[in-house]
Amino acid sequence: MKAFAQLYLRLDATTSSNAKLEALRDYFAAAPAEDAAWAVYFLSGGRPRQLVPTRVLRELATALAGLPDWLFEESYQAVGDLAETISLLLPENQHGSEDGLANWVEAHLLPLRGLPAEEVQQRLPVLWAQLDRPSLMLCLKLITGSFRVGVSKLLVTRALAQLAGLDAKRVAQRLVGYTDISHRPAASSYHKLIAAESDDEHRQRGGQPYPFFLAHALQAPTEQFDALLGPPSAWQVEWKWDGIRAQVVKRDGQVWVWSRGEELVTDRFPELHGLAQSLPDGVVLDGEILVWKPGATADVLAVQPFALLQQRIGRKTLGKKLLADAPVVLQAYDLLEWQGEDWRNRPQHERRQQLQRLVEDYPLAPVLLSPLLEGRSWHELAVQREQSRSLGVEGLMLKQRDALYGVGRTKDMGVWWKWKIDPFSVDAVLIYAQRGHGRRASLYSDYTFAVWDAPAGSAERALVPFAKAYSGLSDEEMRKVDAIIRKTTVETFGPVRSVTPTLVFELGFEGIALSKRHKSGIAVRFPRMLRWRLDKPIEEADDLATLQALLA
Amino acid sequence: MDLVIARPEGLYCPPGDFYIDPWRPVARAVITHGHGDHARRGNAHYLTAAPGAGILRSRLGQDIDLQTLAYGERIHHHGVTLSLHPAGHVLGSAQVRLEHEGEVWVASGDYKVEPDGTCAPFEPVRCHTFITESTFGLPIYRWPSQAEVFAGVNTWWRANGDQGKASVLFCYAFGKAQRILHGLDSDIGPILVHGAVEPLNLVYREAGVYLPQTLYAGDVPRNDPLMRQAIVLAPPSAAGSSWMRRFGDYSDAFASGWMLLRGTRRRRGVDRGFVLSDHADWPGLLWAIEQTGAERVMVTHGSVNVLVRYLNERGLDARAFVTEYGEEDDAPTTEPEA
Repeated sequence: MKAFAQLYLRLDATTSSNAKLEALRDYFAAAPAEDAAWAVYFLSGGRPRQLVPTRVLRELATALAGLPDWLFEESYQAVGDLAETISLLLPENQHGSEDGLANWVEAHLLPLRGLPAEEVQQRLPVLWAQLDRPSLMLCLKLITGSFRVGVSKLLVTRALAQLAGLDAKRVAQRLVGYTDISHRPAASSYHKLIAAESDDEHRQRGGQPYPFFLAHALQAPTEQFDALLGPPSAWQVEWKWDGIRAQVVKRDGQVWVWSRGEELVTDRFPELHGLAQSLPDGVVLDGEILVWKPGATADVLAVQPFALLQQRIGRKTLGKKLLADAPVVLQAYDLLEWQGEDWRNRPQHERRQQLQRLVEDYPLAPVLLSPLLEGRSWHELAVQREQSRSLGVEGLMLKQRDALYGVGRTKDMGVWWKWKIDPFSVDAVLIYAQRGHGRRASLYSDYTFAVWDAPAGSAERALVPFAKAYSGLSDEEMRKVDAIIRKTTVETFGPVRSVTPTLVFELGFEGIALSKRHKSGIAVRFPRMLRWRLDKPIEEADDLATLQALLA
Repeated sequence: MDLVIARPEGLYCPPGDFYIDPWRPVARAVITHGHGDHARRGNAHYLTAAPGAGILRSRLGQDIDLQTLAYGERIHHHGVTLSLHPAGHVLGSAQVRLEHEGEVWVASGDYKVEPDGTCAPFEPVRCHTFITESTFGLPIYRWPSQAEVFAGVNTWWRANGDQGKASVLFCYAFGKAQRILHGLDSDIGPILVHGAVEPLNLVYREAGVYLPQTLYAGDVPRNDPLMRQAIVLAPPSAAGSSWMRRFGDYSDAFASGWMLLRGTRRRRGVDRGFVLSDHADWPGLLWAIEQTGAERVMVTHGSVNVLVRYLNERGLDARAFVTEYGEEDDAPTTEPEA
């Protein structure tokens, strides 16, 4: 635990990628394989299911620190992270346990799950008393599932690759699925990550998908496209779907569905289970899972709002009615494996051609072939892009015809661009604020926004809240807004402050839908601040009618 | 009778007819210490502790009408007995003790209870009513020992030097900078300071505080190899300015009590955060309040509501004083000199 805590401190203490890489290499070079296995798991975003209910944790920490509940709450609000708060409040121990990470996780932490509260309250103080402050914070972060440190999966991959003398792409491939909930890291899984290349590597992969290739955002005026991208003929142009990115793996008579978070989601989508019969073995499809209008013919875009898909993800059991009302399809746009062979190093157009043949030759419903868009000029494509909103898509994808299928956000083997439509936007008034988490800790940085319930000039109009947002401001702006909030606070309700409305922001969001859960009757998707409208008095903010017009 | 009340100009002593650390110009001002939010320009007459005279003159002007008192020395003014006692915050910082008709009040300004060798250590003063700050008035704030912090700074500096990098440490120019200088291991390399820091070093040295030899950073030519072994003390305002270019490749750090929280540290965007404050931490505040024996506590700037509620629950008569010191809120973000 100590060694991993030291690694955490080193990673946290620098913003330089090289320094982080060095810290990772040093750690992995010295760590026993069983510890390294868990370190890889946590560093690449793995999280065991919640080990201890938050309430139990808070009560115990409050009692051990000898504080009244309200003071614990105040402390938590200032710190913005439960694990860190507790580590700052518990009595400090000078000496830390020398036991390794694996031993801590397997012998002490994992067994906590599902224990009765009294039992947990007996065990935890004994465990905590064995840890110095850095290890204690780390242990708490593992318990609360909030372990995060500024390291990308790619960086972990590079560190392991350098250490083992392997190609980073090979390590990335082996790492896929490593953090899936069903996988438990062990010395053997770590050894597999860093093992020398073997001939039967490809045959041993079971249901493993490939690392997802990710697109970059394209933000330039259309007039510059010719200069930036060359002619459209060099690009494969598709709709940008608003669903769940997924790979469908068919091998050995079985089918697996993986989401972009490398989570196995096969059982969430029974519609795709039939592919075990209909797809030939040795095929991996890349595409987007979408809710499709029931009964729609294949030639129309019948995408249903993301909210429906979200409902399906949220449910524990998928009832017949839900499956009938919100059936999914896979809009397939890439073929990563064909006849058991890795096709990622073939150019985009070749993969597309084979994908097309596959969809024509096999009865693959609910798999659809993501259509290609044609345009002689970027201007023509821009015109087609204008329809995105009415079609229920997010814009266009531009894929270099010669691009190979990269790993993550790499650009060296070809590029995918997402050319998204501009978000919806309204001018809204800040009415409540709450302190944020992480690097926004202690700052009033999480806001609730409102619009007027009647047009300007109406006798008695009021502000109705409709969205919460916390991103989009620079640090400088955030500090200024924080200061204004502190000065204009009207009331505080627990962590939330209501303020005298003075601030107007242009709020952007991706989608809008009716909602019974919100006072305004409207829910928006991915709201964020686009601009601080210093030029606008609150009277000039938008009203509900503006939002309702966007619903149409 | 209340010996101190809050007025729009500042904290006011009605029987004595003077102000303590006023934020608007007044006729008579008693100044607890020289930080900008406590010592302001424009007052007709100033009274401060003798060791703080140099600081006050260098910040407010050589020609101010300034009267000084040695720590513990008593004067009488309109029936009020006034004396100044060390607050352990920065050079010359003082608590103001007021006595009038058997009633004793102490206004502590800003204070720190751990001695640091650069100013007279905090001295608890018995009183009926104690006016306390609450900058770090939450139980999450418990300072690591100074030895540990300075060991951390020295290790960081040495490691940077080994990699041929300058070490730039941001800290407030008055108080914090001198405290760090006092704790640095000058064998590691040359110590450079920003133009805002050097004049204050001079005042400290004149007051007899030991500080290692410092060089004015502006005197060192660009690309001088000496830079790569040096530690540089600079005020936070220098971060991101063109002044920083002269150091080439450097690692940066920030020294403040706020660095205890990971969020504030990351928001600063520096490589390292060193937890070093010239204010009392939570145990320090509670200890100081208890030592005074006061039954009544007036809480100023910081986590006012939290400390007031906590003290009331412990049976004291605690109330809030609205001031313009530091930040008036529970979680300052502009991070006052701390």
